Amino acid sequence: MNIIVCIKQVPDTSDIKWTENNTIQREGLESVMNPYDAYALDAALLIKKNLSNVTVTAISMGPKQAEKVLKRALALGADKAVLLSDKKFSGADTYATAKTISAAIKTMNEPYDLILCGQFAVDGDTAQTGPSIASFLDMPQVTFAKEIIDFKKDYLTVKRVTSEGCETVKVKLPAAVCMIKGENDPSRATINGVIKANKATILMKGLDDITLSADDVGLKGSPTYVSKAFRAKTRVVDCDFVDNAETLAEIIWTCGGNDE
Amino acid sequence: MSKGILIWAEATRDGYLHPVTFELANKANELSKKMDNSPVMAFVMLEESKVLNYREAFELNGFDEVFYISDCDVNFYKSDLCSMLAQHMVKEINPEIVLIGATENGRDLAPRISTYMHTGLTADCTELDVTEDGKLAATRPTFGGQLMATILSKKYPQMATVRPKVFTPMVSSVRKNTKFTSISCVLNDFEQTIEILDFVKTQCSDINSLDSAEIIVAGGKGMQTKEGFALLKTLADKLGGVVGASRVAVEMGLASPECQIGQTGKTVSPKLYIACGISGALQHTIGMDKSSKIIAINTDKDAPIFKIADYGYVGDAFEIIPQLIDKL
Repeated sequence: MNIIVCIKQVPDTSDIKWTENNTIQREGLESVMNPYDAYALDAALLIKKNLSNVTVTAISMGPKQAEKVLKRALALGADKAVLLSDKKFSGADTYATAKTISAAIKTMNEPYDLILCGQFAVDGDTAQTGPSIASFLDMPQVTFAKEIIDFKKDYLTVKRVTSEGCETVKVKLPAAVCMIKGENDPSRATINGVIKANKATILMKGLDDITLSADDVGLKGSPTYVSKAFRAKTRVVDCDFVDNAETLAEIIWTCGGNDE
Repeated sequence: MSKGILIWAEATRDGYLHPVTFELANKANELSKKMDNSPVMAFVMLEESKVLNYREAFELNGFDEVFYISDCDVNFYKSDLCSMLAQHMVKEINPEIVLIGATENGRDLAPRISTYMHTGLTADCTELDVTEDGKLAATRPTFGGQLMATILSKKYPQMATVRPKVFTPMVSSVRKNTKFTSISCVLNDFEQTIEILDFVKTQCSDINSLDSAEIIVAGGKGMQTKEGFALLKTLADKLGGVVGASRVAVEMGLASPECQIGQTGKTVSPKLYIACGISGALQHTIGMDKSSKIIAINTDKDAPIFKIADYGYVGDAFEIIPQLIDKL
């Protein structure tokens, strides 16, 4: 079974600095593996642990520095890593990103059985790239997947959470599954894993390797564009500080009471 | 020539239309005025008899036309079947704009439609407007809520998803003479790939009720343990409210992901929001800053949460909350 895990390098959003023009200062921004992608990688590694002949390939699109998150994926237990990096890929929206990644997946030598993604990326938070990749590859998808509870050669059983409840879904492979946080904490890299990752080579692919044209990718291939960006407005209030439970309880009654 | 604003009317398992349908309808009626009274339409993946059960709701919420499926019935959302039907319907209807509620199923469906139509999709918008030359301007938070971006699409239909509770439904309106139109969909080449084996409804937990709760007691990293969250639950129960959580608290395993409020969670607007041990990162506050009143409890007097709170208590939540439970 060939599993592909899509991984995004995201800025650590807790550490954002602003330029004078109210744009985000991207230089020097610390990058990490999108946490939801770590859940996806974990799901892949769990299948690898329990079935024989499973290959896990981590794939990312981004600048050369995105190698760092792929090295991390290798250290955690991925077998191979592919970085889609080309100046022409930059400025891509979710449509162009999914088109690029799915084209790269199609041009891989081995057939693929399962695409695992994080449900969201914590920077853009669109939750669109995974389903869009599934669309381009013409395969079914299970989104908001909390846990893969059963895996066979040709199907998976997945627990999916919606606002109404929890569905148990059986999906035929090949398929895409987008993961949210499950019950378990993501695994940690071992020393041996880190040594192996440092020795491993990351396969680099550019536009010429994926059978798309320059009009299909990056800003040019994106149907959407940002017309303006501005700093979020926040609620402006003066906070009244209180120092005892009695007053606080009274405020709670006044604000939350139903007797208006 | 494409025309009109099309909204997905999501039928839930319990047999009602998701309220976000009507929130979007109100906004669409507003946008329509800036688009030469372009029609406001809905598409629903149900057969005729079921669609007509909702006739009054469609008429009272400003829909000009509702499209349904003539020869196939869907009892509940199933990704493989519904995306195929929706793609077909959107292509047939050929609207200028498609709006979809950002429920789990809406977020599952929308990218399938946009990719199929080779068009753009803007996720989780907090504001929608029409530009002078009649294009949809979709504004959404990004970078953990710290940056707002207004996004336009070069392609049609222009698509956006919007979370429940971001817009409000119509208060009162003139009853429209809604037209019901069937669309035929041939399922010959449809191969079922997804089977729903089991469904467990969430039992009156915080998950369903966060949307409609008047009081929310939310916890963050500062609540430290599951016991800390049990304390919040006691307070919430006493107040007739429900428990919410920040992303960090969910990542720490203190609360279930369904309780999460903020950019990657739910957007809420209760009468009273009590934030306990929540520092107030924009990622979180973007999902709750429309609350009528906010009370913040935090040990750090410089925590950003106090900047948006109406009332603040600087101190340990583990000390003050039991006292509050006693007093209330």
